[in-house]
Amino acid sequence: MTAASKRAFRIVLLGIAIPMLMGAGDQAARFNDLGHRMMCVCGCNQILLECNHVGCTYSDRMRAELVAAVDRGDNDDLTLQSFVQKYGPPVLAAPTKSGFDRVAWVAPYLALVLGLGLVTFIIRGWNSRPLVLPANAPAPVHGAELDRFRAQARKETET
Amino acid sequence: MPLIGSFALLLALALTAYSFLAGILALVREGPSSARLSETARRAGIASFAIVFLAAAVLVTAAFQDNFSIAYIFHHSNRDLPAPYKFAVLWSGQEGSLLFWSLLLSAYGLVLRLRYKTDPRLFAHASVVIAAVQVFFLLLLNFAAHPFAIMQGSLPADGSGLNPLLQYPEMVIHPPMLYLGYVGFTVPFAFALAALIMRYPGEKWIHITRRWTMVTWGLLTCGIFLVMHWAYSVLGWGGYWGWDPVENASFLPWLTGTAFLHSVMMQEKRGMLKTWNMWLIFSTFMLSIFGTFLTRSGVVSSVHAFAQSSIGDWFVAFLGVIFVTCIFFYWKNRSHLLSEHRLESLVSRESSFLFNNLLLLVACFTVLWGTLFPVLSEWVQGTRVTVGPPFFNRVNIPVALLLLLLTAVGPLLAWRRTSAESLKRNFRFPALGALVVAAVLVAFGMRPWKDVSYFYSLMTIALAVMVALTVISEFVRGGRVISGHTGQNLLASMVQLTRRNTRRYGGYIVHFGVIVVVIGFAGSAFNQDKEQEMGFGDKLTIGSYTLVCQSYTQDDNPNYGSEWAVMNVFKGGKQIATLNPERRFYKASQQTSTMPSIRSSVSNDLYVVYEGQNPDTGRPIIRAHLNPLVMWIWVGVWIMIVGTVVAMIPNTAPVRVMAPARVQPAPAGAGD
Repeated sequence: MTAASKRAFRIVLLGIAIPMLMGAGDQAARFNDLGHRMMCVCGCNQILLECNHVGCTYSDRMRAELVAAVDRGDNDDLTLQSFVQKYGPPVLAAPTKSGFDRVAWVAPYLALVLGLGLVTFIIRGWNSRPLVLPANAPAPVHGAELDRFRAQARKETET
Repeated sequence: MPLIGSFALLLALALTAYSFLAGILALVREGPSSARLSETARRAGIASFAIVFLAAAVLVTAAFQDNFSIAYIFHHSNRDLPAPYKFAVLWSGQEGSLLFWSLLLSAYGLVLRLRYKTDPRLFAHASVVIAAVQVFFLLLLNFAAHPFAIMQGSLPADGSGLNPLLQYPEMVIHPPMLYLGYVGFTVPFAFALAALIMRYPGEKWIHITRRWTMVTWGLLTCGIFLVMHWAYSVLGWGGYWGWDPVENASFLPWLTGTAFLHSVMMQEKRGMLKTWNMWLIFSTFMLSIFGTFLTRSGVVSSVHAFAQSSIGDWFVAFLGVIFVTCIFFYWKNRSHLLSEHRLESLVSRESSFLFNNLLLLVACFTVLWGTLFPVLSEWVQGTRVTVGPPFFNRVNIPVALLLLLLTAVGPLLAWRRTSAESLKRNFRFPALGALVVAAVLVAFGMRPWKDVSYFYSLMTIALAVMVALTVISEFVRGGRVISGHTGQNLLASMVQLTRRNTRRYGGYIVHFGVIVVVIGFAGSAFNQDKEQEMGFGDKLTIGSYTLVCQSYTQDDNPNYGSEWAVMNVFKGGKQIATLNPERRFYKASQQTSTMPSIRSSVSNDLYVVYEGQNPDTGRPIIRAHLNPLVMWIWVGVWIMIVGTVVAMIPNTAPVRVMAPARVQPAPAGAGD
């Protein structure tokens, strides 16, 4: 079977399946969603529904299997699991949220939270350091005089 | 000819090694002889450029002469390959691209060595660092990935041809641009390490480094976007960024380089973050080398990667040497980097830069983590998992949104201290604008509660509007002041304002470009696609467009045979374009590729792919994508480039320096 005839087969398959899926409410959306959560396993490193690898020996078959699973009414987990069993864990486009895979998801957020905490801690630390003025420096201004300087600066830079 | 090339590579290695060793000797010795030795090292470095250039010229000439006795030419070219692609053969394969890397590095070294009078001692140190890096690449070229290796056995009549995916006009531009960015980070690294080694007094090296970093950053930005455009125009899957490991590898140094360009202002203005900036530059360079390692080692699989080879071990060793060198000199001279860190207010420009750096580094960590997690997973549990776009989008989009928020707020914060009143006054207009735009989008049918991608899209557009209004208000506010003093109109005043402080306002233009780009990204939440077999007169409707198959035809040239469809595009019953999606069969490589046909407009791209013919009916199979706002991405990057160029232009009118404040903690105005 040539690549083009496989594509033709897929078109026919989708031509039959999509009206059925459309008749089943949100099944077309589910097909689209699930198809974007899996990879084509031909080695092209593309999302299943985005694989345009000419002569791909996997994506047509996989899409047909996905259409069948959605048509059967298999839930998302069951559908994904069946693909994992058949094609192995790399078929999923992202790590799962169980076991060691969970680490993949946790680490970036942990880095963000720890980083935010660290930066806040550093800023507070720097902010709490006393101001050291040179011996001959004029005294800092506060209150009304400071407001007057601010108003002057604003006036000179805004209008 | 291969002999000339091989000899040139050996000579270049000898010259560069001399430049490195003599340069070190000259720096550690005292006396008049050291100056002469240093000069010979400098001249050897300059000569090495000429010799590496000769080697590259020999390889390109061999491609044009179809010299298939050279294995590299046999594997990456063929007789009927068009001339521009024969030129591109230089960087199309492992060995050639390493030679190209070496050529660019020696070119950067040449510029640096010619400008040595700026600060001879600092430049001599930096020259030694560059020579050390160059020695590594020339060792690779001479002993691990020789581009002039001879074919074994009988001489083939024709070559295997260039990978069809690489036969596209942008292929002649995008790798050089990307390499200029990658390789260019060697120069800031060299200056930073040089300054650390010699305990350079003052911040002059920072000024030199910043300019080099901006040039490099600009080139890397161009390179990354050209890669995106190439992927969009050639790969035919309808997207431009797939979070491929090699794409990620180019993004990593871009993120740390961006962080450096922001945090370096803290060092220049306040003398803070000296250690941090030093390590940002070190990390950026190491990530550039790491990216090269990823592309060439085969440790991760990618459509962009070169063939798997053993040179990955060389890169691992080199990375180790760089890291140990950086650690050693940092530890030895760390007292030189001590600085007084003090903030007068939590709400200040300094704080915003710290958070900006944090978010950029978290994004960098996330991309690196996701890229390497499959390797880690295989190591820990014996199974290699896939980490693809769903992961990267999920974890990076929230970080990117926070970064956008900071981009909106940051410019409104003053150095040292910002009063709540001032923040409220300056922030009111952009925040209100963002809210209005969000409300209008919801009123026109965007439903952020229906899908998380719609929510992110709405947030992105609202925050982008906030940033745009912040940038505009900064220009208008400054322009009004000048207009008030000079009587010029507002536009002329804003131009003058920019010329007076090119770095600050160039930076704002870059920010504006960034938000135009992210609006383009936000459009991807609404992508649609449809696939259909189409005979003469058949219609395919997608969005407001109707495609009608007019005909299909075939052609043949010495390089490839092609077949394509002629599709008329209608909108509102009126024909607006004709598209010719194409499928090619390259004869030399015996590979097929698709060439999408794209109709771009400000609101969306109609992207049509010809996937082949049904052999039974002879009818073409067409896949159409409707991708909203893609043009914004390409326009945005042009704005970013303009902003970068503006930021590099010296100020044409001196910035008036006010008399010293009478008080120490002066309420400084916002600005760089």
